[in-house]
Amino acid sequence: MTDEPETKGTSRRAFLRGTAAASAGLVAAATSVRAEGADPLITEIQPWAQGFGDGVDATPYGLPIKFESDVVRRNVSWLTADVISSINFTPIHALDGTITPQGCAFERHHSGAIELSKDDYRLMINGLVDTPLVFTYADLERFPRESHVYFLECAANTGMEWAGSQLNGSQFTHGMIHNMEYTGIPLRLLLEEAGVKPEGKWIFVEGADASSNGRSIPLEKALDDCLVAFKANGEALRKEHGYPVRLCVPGWEGNMWVKWLRRVEVTENAVESREETSKYTDTLENGTSRKWTWVMDAKSVITAPSPQAPITHGPGPLVITGLAWSGRGTISRVDVTVDGGKTWKTARLAPHSHDKALHRFYLDHLWDGSEMLIQSRAVDSTGYVQPTKTELRQVRGVNSVYHNNCIQTWWVKSTGEAENVEVS
Amino acid sequence: MSKFRNLVIGTALISAMAAPVWAEKIGLGRPALPEEIAAWNRDVSPDGTGLPEGSGDVLTGEDLFSANCASCHGEFGEGVGNWPKLAGGKDTLADDDPLKTVGSYWPHLSTTFDYVQRSMPFGNAQSLSPDEVYAIVAYVLYNNDLVDEDFVLSKENFAEVVLPNAGGFIVDDRETTELPIFTREPCMENCKQTVEITAHASVLDVTPDVQDDTAVVAEPAAEPAATETAVAEPATAEPAVEEPAGVDPALAAAGEKVFKKCAACHKVGEGAKNASGPVLNGVLGRVAGAAEGFKYSSAMAEAGANGTVWDAATIDAYLADPKGFIPKNKMSFAGLKKPEDRAAVIAYLAGFAQ
Repeated sequence: MTDEPETKGTSRRAFLRGTAAASAGLVAAATSVRAEGADPLITEIQPWAQGFGDGVDATPYGLPIKFESDVVRRNVSWLTADVISSINFTPIHALDGTITPQGCAFERHHSGAIELSKDDYRLMINGLVDTPLVFTYADLERFPRESHVYFLECAANTGMEWAGSQLNGSQFTHGMIHNMEYTGIPLRLLLEEAGVKPEGKWIFVEGADASSNGRSIPLEKALDDCLVAFKANGEALRKEHGYPVRLCVPGWEGNMWVKWLRRVEVTENAVESREETSKYTDTLENGTSRKWTWVMDAKSVITAPSPQAPITHGPGPLVITGLAWSGRGTISRVDVTVDGGKTWKTARLAPHSHDKALHRFYLDHLWDGSEMLIQSRAVDSTGYVQPTKTELRQVRGVNSVYHNNCIQTWWVKSTGEAENVEVS
Repeated sequence: MSKFRNLVIGTALISAMAAPVWAEKIGLGRPALPEEIAAWNRDVSPDGTGLPEGSGDVLTGEDLFSANCASCHGEFGEGVGNWPKLAGGKDTLADDDPLKTVGSYWPHLSTTFDYVQRSMPFGNAQSLSPDEVYAIVAYVLYNNDLVDEDFVLSKENFAEVVLPNAGGFIVDDRETTELPIFTREPCMENCKQTVEITAHASVLDVTPDVQDDTAVVAEPAAEPAATETAVAEPATAEPAVEEPAGVDPALAAAGEKVFKKCAACHKVGEGAKNASGPVLNGVLGRVAGAAEGFKYSSAMAEAGANGTVWDAATIDAYLADPKGFIPKNKMSFAGLKKPEDRAAVIAYLAGFAQ
């Protein structure tokens, strides 16, 4: 085997290789002086400029080019007992824009990603309704349809960071999130079709997989903006995202977005299933726990530079970029600091601001090559300002597990390497 | 021409009526039949709504738990490895490292019943009868010192059981406790005098080494962990497995797919270790109950002592009917009904020497 892995370096070893190469050209890069010699990539005829590439149909459904093979979901094996009931992380450190491709959007399964065909799919509406109904997939396609961009964040995103800095990389600290354009039908239409009885106050939704992952949702939310989705980013949901049908619960924790949605029961009270009592409840310092903590608070993170996306180009122009989102609306502003929070600058928000969706921010920074403590701070459309970890701990202690939306700090060293740290 | 006019009229009518029509019923779907609702509508609520008729006692529950649950949750609900602990943790919720179990944390017994009935056992969900679920839940209560060993749980007495942490929850109060604090004008200049680093992720060093992922692509089986990584992530290349003579590669490949049903508990490949099931490297030719360091049921250990050796024939018979072939062994798996699936898995396993 003489083949080198053709991956862009995110590892330490690859990083050092990159830095060595960058240092050699650093002066040139910084001052834009003449090149030392003619670049053979320009002066010599390259194979791709002479011969053929792939014909059409070489890949009927394409995957990213091999040079991007390191941009993949990754899991943290010590977090869970087994990959069948586990979670992995979106490589947000290597993505840009706001839409997450389905193929690298994080997965969370409780009994594995099942294969359920459209033909075998059934959706039941039952409970406190005038007429319990069964829909086929073909029935769903005939309801009036909508498209919306929404983020889905696991309530446990950043949950490993409560007690101290733990995981070194934005993929691992903040990668339990994705953002897709969903197409589907408002859940309200299905409930109206069955006719909700006046005593119905909640719905209980469950999936068709073996875990069935049931969650209770107040009827008000169900009738407001919940979407029964069958497409994401224009194509069918991927198997791992609930093909053929999943529920979207905009702005609320990802566990409620039941995949392989098979049943919606209208109930008078919450069912208080395992996923809403023993899990997804937030224990405070005095031992009591908050339940029904559904909304995701405003949050942001710098995706690059970050531990997996170090600076390899030396001093000079540097793009600081990241993501911001809020379960209560849009993001109105993101501020960035490079000195650990002494002074802040307002970053540039990319256009396309959607309600309860990821926003992309950029700060074009002239880096002097000295070490930085970089943070981002989101402000949402309600005026809520993302808190520091210290402030959150003062209210909640360190045993909440879920809903950690604190400001994240990356320590960028003069070498360009970055580390997950906490600051005073 | 007349057709066109009709279309225009029709469209105009629909536009005018669109909103009221949707507010009424669209007329899609069909009524759900009572037996269909009964099949799926099995959730159980704190007030007991949804409980089936039935009952079960602690001692019956102990046997059922040992057979169906203990491989992950431990014989007494103490948990194996990273699998959930179901018992213990009393008065630890305010500690630095609280132990959250059915006894110490769960507010309602209905949650345990609901979860066991709908989602357990892991890999064989919805296989327990209502009586069996009552018995297992009774045993979980017993393990938490909440009932005596002669306790019988039934639909009738279910609501009488109050769990210790029933009063330990409050409804989300962020709106009053947090929003007023965090809704404010953000500071932009001179926000603090000094900044010190107070914690480093590198101290703990628990981040997965990204290099391991890429190493799998370039150098198969270079790292002990590589095989597991590759099995878990189909996106990365499979490490090359040395096929012994006589194994049909196509059959072994089919077996790899079937083995996904086993992989939750059984590990194979370089560096594989015992998990909730024994490691299966070199299982062909191994004496039953002989994987080093694995805690077997006495039934399995006895089978080995009596001379049972795993070969194609015995594994086939075992997988066809795990509880029939070795009664009271603790593998909670219903088995593989199709002979071709069993043959494929055996071919796959033959590829992993000790």
